[in-house]
Amino acid sequence: MDRPRPIPDALTQPYWDAAAEGRLLVQRCDACERHQWYPRAHCVVCGAADPAWVEAKGTGRLHTFTVLEKTPNPEFQGELPYVLAIVQLDEGVRVAANVVGVDHDALTCEMPLEVTFVDGLPCFTSPGGSA
Amino acid sequence: MAFPSGEVAIVGVYESPRRKAPGVHPFAIQAECILGAVADAGLELGDVDGFATAAGFPSEGGLQMSLSEVAEYMGLHPRWFDGTDIGGATFISHAGHAALAIAAGMADVVVVSYAAAGYSGIPDIPFADYGTNNAGPGQFEIPYGPSTVSTYALAATRHMHEYGTTPEQLARIAVQCRANAAPNPDARFRDPITIDEVLASPVIAAPLHRLDCCIVSDSGGAFVMTSKRRAERLSNRPVYLLGFGEALGQLSMSQMWPFTETAAVHSGARAFASAGMRPSDIDVAQIYDSFTITVLLTLESLGFCAKGEGGAYVEAGELAYNTDGGGLSSNHPGRRGVFTMIEGVRQLRGSSPGVQLDDPKTCLVNGTGGSLSATATMILGV
Repeated sequence: MDRPRPIPDALTQPYWDAAAEGRLLVQRCDACERHQWYPRAHCVVCGAADPAWVEAKGTGRLHTFTVLEKTPNPEFQGELPYVLAIVQLDEGVRVAANVVGVDHDALTCEMPLEVTFVDGLPCFTSPGGSA
Repeated sequence: MAFPSGEVAIVGVYESPRRKAPGVHPFAIQAECILGAVADAGLELGDVDGFATAAGFPSEGGLQMSLSEVAEYMGLHPRWFDGTDIGGATFISHAGHAALAIAAGMADVVVVSYAAAGYSGIPDIPFADYGTNNAGPGQFEIPYGPSTVSTYALAATRHMHEYGTTPEQLARIAVQCRANAAPNPDARFRDPITIDEVLASPVIAAPLHRLDCCIVSDSGGAFVMTSKRRAERLSNRPVYLLGFGEALGQLSMSQMWPFTETAAVHSGARAFASAGMRPSDIDVAQIYDSFTITVLLTLESLGFCAKGEGGAYVEAGELAYNTDGGGLSSNHPGRRGVFTMIEGVRQLRGSSPGVQLDDPKTCLVNGTGGSLSATATMILGV
């Protein structure tokens, strides 16, 4: 069974278009100059409309993680075990992602990570590694 | 209007003894629970003029307008109602809102109820594990395969990283709840377990094992509230609502900030302030135990111990909690909030089916809903 794909909308389509090209975008508010994740039609800090898309450096640290050994979701049964993580990007925002290409026993909070793309889906791996 | 501390009481409770009820629609369990709670109060269904429930999860039998569906099924036409839905904490929020309505004269007798076929499901109604879909904000999370357990596991991993909390300390919570379930004839599991057995049970989402997770049941519960004046004319010992607070955190994993506390930091502070109390005034607690880590984070967030000291606190065993066995061992059809209220009332009446304390005067009830998302805190007293 296939994994559920993201369903883009008018606001988020540029993010997925960039991901398909191997670039990671985040939002940044022109008014208060803060980065924001996930993307919205407004800045949740200052309320300004239409935060801009900017390209992220694609590097960050593993804030926290879990290795799923079991799941009730049939789309992911074939993926077990897999790593679900929260990655804090260098821009200061946190994103959900899978960590790939890293030995599960080597995972530790605050380890450095960099973005990699799996079928157009941003994931993270050890710097210099590849998925 | 400030919270009407001491002006409203719970006068009837009922927890279904069911734990497996294949083929029974949840609305039938709702009826069992509502009628049971009304009878326990010494009232009749016709006395009920306020109603609150949430039954829109697939295992609960309703859809988007589940409050209307269940009210119709019951034959209720309430003049006050609440369909707030914040996951497992919902029914504690309902109680807080209902207290305001009763104090304001907008309802006289309110029933809060819940039922679900969490174990058996409803034939041909698809199971749903997670509270969002893969459009909107969920498009940035669902494709990565979260499960209900995994979100709590993320919190556990971070708490262990920051504070050195151990799997053994989390397991201690599961062991305590199982011990509390031993005398409870309706509890799903009653045989004692050890820390080693928790740690030897299969990992679901590291670092959480199967025995770190609540059981899954088909069941329901309800409670009846009314004014102090009316409560004093009924036969049950009234259990008063002394303080209440609620708080919305986040729903998406990426918005959880920090991972090491819950919205109970806020709902608890509000509840203690409205009751004029502090943690040391609490005799017993019912803490929603979806997972062991939920209890640990909640105890810290409520201020029973300092942040980061939850592991040592549960090892010391100073506070009695989840005296019926909790969701970890007794009853968890999907949203446990209603049972935390019911067991809080039973403790203060001296009728817990689990471990009854010697004449407790105050009980704190705390619900956590969603993915460590929303909380509601109630302080009960006699």
